Amino acid sequence: MGAKRLERVGARHFWHQRATAVALLVLVPLLLVPVVATVGSDQAGVRAVLGNPLVAAGFAVLIAAGVVHMRLGMQVIIEDYVHQPGPRRLLLAANTVFAVIIAFGSLAALLRLALGF
Amino acid sequence: MAEARNADNRPLSPHLQIYHVGIHMLMSILHRITGAALAVGTVLLAWWLWAAAGPEDYFDWVNGIAASWPGRLVLLGYTWALMHHLFGGLRHLIWDTGIGFELSTVRRLSWLTLACSILTTLLIWIAAYGVRGAP
Repeated sequence: MGAKRLERVGARHFWHQRATAVALLVLVPLLLVPVVATVGSDQAGVRAVLGNPLVAAGFAVLIAAGVVHMRLGMQVIIEDYVHQPGPRRLLLAANTVFAVIIAFGSLAALLRLALGF
Repeated sequence: MAEARNADNRPLSPHLQIYHVGIHMLMSILHRITGAALAVGTVLLAWWLWAAAGPEDYFDWVNGIAASWPGRLVLLGYTWALMHHLFGGLRHLIWDTGIGFELSTVRRLSWLTLACSILTTLLIWIAAYGVRGAP
């Protein structure tokens, strides 16, 4: 990558990391309330809580912000410790695949809960 | 290893063991470790949502694992990692504004991060046991 492009990518990484951090700082404490409220309850109880459109929307945003944040964070860790280009590229790709699987898996579950199938 | 170079042949900073261990260093390391643990732990959140959307007997099976002692230990660790990374992140956002770099402030913020993470973890678990009624 050229220096000009790296400058842009680096700045974008910084801002995405901070923007998702602020979103998570608000969403995590808010969503801890419904999560704690379902401790020990059966599936019907959990579905009733997650069926609330506000809670479901909160979880959808939490997951979106969470996977972006975690992918960027893990990317930094990989780049810090894995120096050989082959394994580094492989791990960075695996990191992205993991984030995509978590995102789509969770959002699909939320969609099933919302639509009831 | 002064001659160590990364893939791009750029110089590396001295290794961790060179530095004097302090609370700020420990909190910095913990921020990274809890971050990585939370990334792995998103599997648990996804699994919980998936079980809630799936068949009832599968949900009961997952719930049983979560309620077991090893399950509770993992969830306790997850709660603490989440709280620690949250307060550590808040500290980083404060630093991003360009304030709080005096050594005494850094030390105080580091201790505060640890204290807040342990306190909120305890409060969350007290609330959870309160909701559940019996242990």
